[in-house]
Amino acid sequence: MALDHRVNELQFVRSTLATVTYPLQVAVDAPVRAVSRVFESFTRREDLITENRILRSENAELRARQLRFEALQQENDRLRALLNTAQQAEERVEIAKLLAVDLDPFRQQIVLNKGRADDVYAGQPVINADGVIGQVLSTRLTSSVALLISDPSHALPVLSARTGLRGLVVGTGNPQRLEMRHVPLQEDVEPGDLLLTSGLGGRFPADYPVARVTSVERPQGQPFLSIQAEPLAALDRSREVLLLWTEGIMPGIAPLELDEDAEARPGAFTPEPEPDDNAPATP
Amino acid sequence: MTRAIGIPWPVALTLLAALALAIVPIPETLRPARPEWLALVLIYWAMAFPTRVGILTAFVAGLLLDTLMGQLLGQNAIALAVIIYIVLQIHPRLRVYPVWQQMMVVAILVALYKLLALWPQGITGFPPDRITYWAPVITSALLWPLIFFLLRDVRRRWLLHLT
Repeated sequence: MALDHRVNELQFVRSTLATVTYPLQVAVDAPVRAVSRVFESFTRREDLITENRILRSENAELRARQLRFEALQQENDRLRALLNTAQQAEERVEIAKLLAVDLDPFRQQIVLNKGRADDVYAGQPVINADGVIGQVLSTRLTSSVALLISDPSHALPVLSARTGLRGLVVGTGNPQRLEMRHVPLQEDVEPGDLLLTSGLGGRFPADYPVARVTSVERPQGQPFLSIQAEPLAALDRSREVLLLWTEGIMPGIAPLELDEDAEARPGAFTPEPEPDDNAPATP
Repeated sequence: MTRAIGIPWPVALTLLAALALAIVPIPETLRPARPEWLALVLIYWAMAFPTRVGILTAFVAGLLLDTLMGQLLGQNAIALAVIIYIVLQIHPRLRVYPVWQQMMVVAILVALYKLLALWPQGITGFPPDRITYWAPVITSALLWPLIFFLLRDVRRRWLLHLT
């Protein structure tokens, strides 16, 4: 037990055991999936047609936006080249399904149906259409376990979209609530502020939406603000997630930022729930 | 005492079923109260066949449960091994108890199991802070009669010749 906690040597044992237990997880997942498929096949034809129509128009709209996005991306790359800064990385995205199995009710983890065979790696970002979900914790041959951003051991470097303020978002164990830690009292944070990934950890690419600030308190006699936020992605309700392959941003390499040590911690995963890091530098 | 070896297939099958029940999705609000299926099934078989189902079986089954639940390797394994050791010590008495008395013993065993599992969780920094952590003690004890009569039927149908 101590070995498993302290060192990574048991990773092999764990993933071997996990490959053995994977059929059991599939066996548990199968009936759940079958039932939902049966319900799907009973949906009315008109409903399907309406849904199809909605999806079609949404698709057309998104495609039109995508056209503009590509033009903007090229322009952005050109401007970045002019400024001699790093190009933004191209990203590969793939859909993974959640297996319908329950894990430890006091940890926030999910099981995905993609594993080492699909190039999934530990530390890989997991998102969905609404925002960041978490990161891959361990991989097996055909499945992997991901840690949600709401787990108490997860910390994620973010920045506020409105003010550019940087900080750390830490999980609370409640899938509807996150906390932003170590923000000095004088900082400008308001409820409704959008928090994006800052890309500083080197693990998540920058500018993915994470959470929205719900309340800000200024506790008397405390050096930091107490900030609550709500994750944008429905962490406990999504059945499908997106795995992100970030090329160019290697895990563990601190990005080139004109910033001191603050939040340049490699990776968002810390074994201790309390980050040992100082307050983010003032802007 | 001669030591019989080999786990009969119905025992292995019920243990697998218990592992599956441990990860079957149930509504979020009920999740902390999920009974400790594996512990219950192991207690019954250790009581029925103390020479076949023992500490090693409990340990291996616990390791599988650890990987299934994504918990620290060995957390459930050691806790299960300890309570099965106790069951092996008291099995002649446990067998002749009426069911309601067995339920109380099961409650104590499951409480010990949860307590032993709590310890590594506390050390690694994730102590579950809610009182609902202890809910399985009650639900497991309440489900013991079901497990007991079900597995007794299994034993009488297929395993009557074994000791």
